[in-house]
Amino acid sequence: MTAVLNFMTQMFAIAEAEVRKLRHDPVDIFTRIVQPALWLLIFGQVFARLRGIPTGGVSYRDFLAPGILAQSVLFIAIFYGISTIWERDLGILAIYLVSPAPRSALVLGKSLAAGVRGLAQALMVYVLALLLGIHLVLGIVSLAGVVVMIVLSAAIFACFSMIIACLVKTRERFMGISQVLTMPLFFASSAIYPVELMPDWLRHLANLNPLTYQVDALRTLMLPGFRSTTGLLRDFLVQVGVFIVLVLLAGRFYQTILE
Amino acid sequence: MAALGSLPQGRVTPAAAIRAQELTKTFPHKLAVDHVTFSVSEGSVFGLLGRNGAGKSSTIKMLTTLSPISSGSAAVGGYDVASQPVEVRRSIGYLPQLPSADIDLTAYENLLISAKLYCIPRSERNDRIRDALSLMGLEKSRDLLARSYSGGMLRRLEIAQAMLHHPRVLFLDEPTVGLDPLARHSVWTRIGELRTQLGTTILLTTHYMDEATELCDHVAFLHDGKIAGIGTPSELCAALRPGATLDDVFIELTRTRT
Repeated sequence: MTAVLNFMTQMFAIAEAEVRKLRHDPVDIFTRIVQPALWLLIFGQVFARLRGIPTGGVSYRDFLAPGILAQSVLFIAIFYGISTIWERDLGILAIYLVSPAPRSALVLGKSLAAGVRGLAQALMVYVLALLLGIHLVLGIVSLAGVVVMIVLSAAIFACFSMIIACLVKTRERFMGISQVLTMPLFFASSAIYPVELMPDWLRHLANLNPLTYQVDALRTLMLPGFRSTTGLLRDFLVQVGVFIVLVLLAGRFYQTILE
Repeated sequence: MAALGSLPQGRVTPAAAIRAQELTKTFPHKLAVDHVTFSVSEGSVFGLLGRNGAGKSSTIKMLTTLSPISSGSAAVGGYDVASQPVEVRRSIGYLPQLPSADIDLTAYENLLISAKLYCIPRSERNDRIRDALSLMGLEKSRDLLARSYSGGMLRRLEIAQAMLHHPRVLFLDEPTVGLDPLARHSVWTRIGELRTQLGTTILLTTHYMDEATELCDHVAFLHDGKIAGIGTPSELCAALRPGATLDDVFIELTRTRT
């Protein structure tokens, strides 16, 4: 029991450090809204004129909003790898690693911090979407589901990014590789177009991509009348499974970034 | 010079807070630490001296569980470093050579996060933080972002962070690098107080021989990953020649001989 409580304390301490930093300097939270705003305002407006995209009974703009939310959470979470390298290049990571905290508690703390940032992002995307007149479900159950899915998905991509950082070890290599990974993750998902439109090879990739399940869950929860393509339960189960695997791997790799 | 090499190396005593036995670190193209054996008795201050790249930081990283031991063994606070890393981590504090305080947080917040990582009970946290801040002379600036601190204040904050959980053994990797003379003396005073108030065993590295003379009971000179000399500063000086300083010993022991 004490072990569990200690684990929680240590995990929340890491997340708390990040939240406190955001409180001291919240500028980053606000600048992060620019990109999703551009997608919704420009890309969304233009593509809404195409009538050929099968969007599951909702307008393209509505269809796009959860996809853009998922994308912006991905872009935030993928930043955690470089911040790990950053903290390594300073002594901050050494301070974390020399503490008795289990490595998985440290990794989970970072993941949770990514989740908090993701939620701040979600709040702003919701406000923007409502201002644009996009129809969103605002019931408690739907919102709670969105919160869980955002935190889970942010954690997944933060862990993924930290694992990459531990493998490549330098800032320069990470920058290159994260570019190579984020865009394909984004395009090989249902974020901006439905999976049915994809050629077979891409559809297979999309079905292996956690972002696809995140987007499907968000659409199902956020949009009135949207029919899930992969099934809401399956979306959550896939994400939980991927999350567990990635946390274990990241916990395993975390310390090797010092070498 | 013979006297230097024949001083008691690696005497294993039960009271040793740190014991390194044939400790070795190999990197793909480098032998960084080469069968190093020494022990540090409980409550004493031990200096690891030597040129850049001599293997000081690599030794500390192995002893603090941050870097795997290639061969040999080490015990810290009575625990085996390789097989009991969590127990070792509970017993030690570490001041890295690199700046380790988070400058985007206040001093208080830096210490609060540390307190939680070490699971200091909630009821004791604030007392511990207050004591650590006052021992390091930082009470007045506890709510300022560490970004605004001078180099000396930052280093003192980092020492406060390293000792917050009252570790039995403290590793200080170049505690006063880059500090002005006043700030250095202030850090020295605090390290002295730590030792007398808490009985902490300290292993430090430094390039300043006056610092080693001032603070250390024993010193070891590392050269190319090997121990080139070990003993008390006065023994080492006397063994070189009458009137020699630790600077002379440093130059004698770490000059690359061809």
